[in-house]
Amino acid sequence: MASAVRDLELDLDAFEGPFDLLLTLLLKDAIQPSEIDMAGIVVAFVERLAERDELDLDACGEFLVLIAALLELKARHLFPDEEAELSELEPEEAAEELARRLAEYRRMKHAAVWLRERLDERRDLYFRLGPAPLAPTPERRLAQQEPLRLVEAIRGLAVEPPHVSISHLALRFPPVSQFVERFRAVLVRRRRFDFDAEVQGLSRVEQAVAFLALLELRKEGEIAISQAAPFAPIRISRADDAISRSDDGRMLQWTARSA
Amino acid sequence: MDRPLRLIASNPVDALARTVEALLVVASQPLTLDELAEATADGTERIETALGLLRERYSEGRSGIVLQKVAGGYAFGAAREAAAACACLFERPVERGMSQAALETLAIVAYLGPVSRPEIAGIRGVAADSAVASLVERGLIAEAGRESVPGGAVRYRVTALFERVFGLESLAALPRLDDIGEDQAAIRDRLLEVAEARAS
Repeated sequence: MASAVRDLELDLDAFEGPFDLLLTLLLKDAIQPSEIDMAGIVVAFVERLAERDELDLDACGEFLVLIAALLELKARHLFPDEEAELSELEPEEAAEELARRLAEYRRMKHAAVWLRERLDERRDLYFRLGPAPLAPTPERRLAQQEPLRLVEAIRGLAVEPPHVSISHLALRFPPVSQFVERFRAVLVRRRRFDFDAEVQGLSRVEQAVAFLALLELRKEGEIAISQAAPFAPIRISRADDAISRSDDGRMLQWTARSA
Repeated sequence: MDRPLRLIASNPVDALARTVEALLVVASQPLTLDELAEATADGTERIETALGLLRERYSEGRSGIVLQKVAGGYAFGAAREAAAACACLFERPVERGMSQAALETLAIVAYLGPVSRPEIAGIRGVAADSAVASLVERGLIAEAGRESVPGGAVRYRVTALFERVFGLESLAALPRLDDIGEDQAAIRDRLLEVAEARAS
């Protein structure tokens, strides 16, 4: 069964709960079909459909089949085969049962007549009809208060909390220029070097600043940077050396790749 | 010089009677003895004495206002002699256009309540939906829980307004229904006669 039908919440006079529970109770004869307001179910389903943006044709189809079956069930229950029902009883029993029902109804008709007469008797009596005036809000009474205790409590809250050191969280950033000069000095001695080997033993922060220094040198056109593959060693070489190798057609274009 | 109106000059509950009178004027629903006692911070016996004084003063033929004991409490209403004038200005929406079906449904709820729509329909032999809805709208009956089964039907009972409209001190004041034993026997005999006639 489509979920939209199965989960349909119903709030009828004779039943309150999900649609599938109603079906179960009907099949178990725990509720008489004649007691169920079918129009109420249809309205609930249509309202559920209206809440959704798209039309669920599967759910509509399931619902039509089920509601049609329920309507037939209710119709059969409301108009039973009276002759077959009576044939199951002896004439005396049938007469007794009918007499009991009629007598009960007659009692209520008598009561209704009495109510009608009572209304007629009181036709000339008028009284004020309206909602009860609002009752005053009860005064809130507090227990005996001790202001000094309140002062103590506030004073306790007002004390400045102890200073918590966060020095261990401080990050020390060496200047980028320090690494710029360092890499320039290296390139004076050597034509190229590996970045990883050069920064080995430094902290993560220092390695990051060193990489920024590389980018700075690259921006100035002093160096060329290459990396054969992701996570492979980053190789730095002098820019003029890289240009000469490019002239030889052997230069590898540096491509920045994100890890 | 104006002198304050004295209900009964020599009665010791004179002041209390005036206070009770004021409470009943302000109230739009009957006030019980307990409510009056709580509001006046006085005993119920003295309240009853004060109400006796008021009933004497506010009675048909003596005042345009009548003190009524109704719906478990006390309330002021208009005297019958003022009915024509009242009818010019005020409607009676609760009783107006009450159908036979509504009255029969009301009788079932009053005598058998709390009772559900299916039970009402079972007695009347026809659906009671519109009659119940009409009575709820008039304020004569109200929901009183559900039947104690999963997804049980809503049950209904009569309200305090029902008692007031029909002038009942409580539901116990409803008349005892006639003993219908003979009726039932007579109905059964007629049915058997009809059955025998068809068989022959």
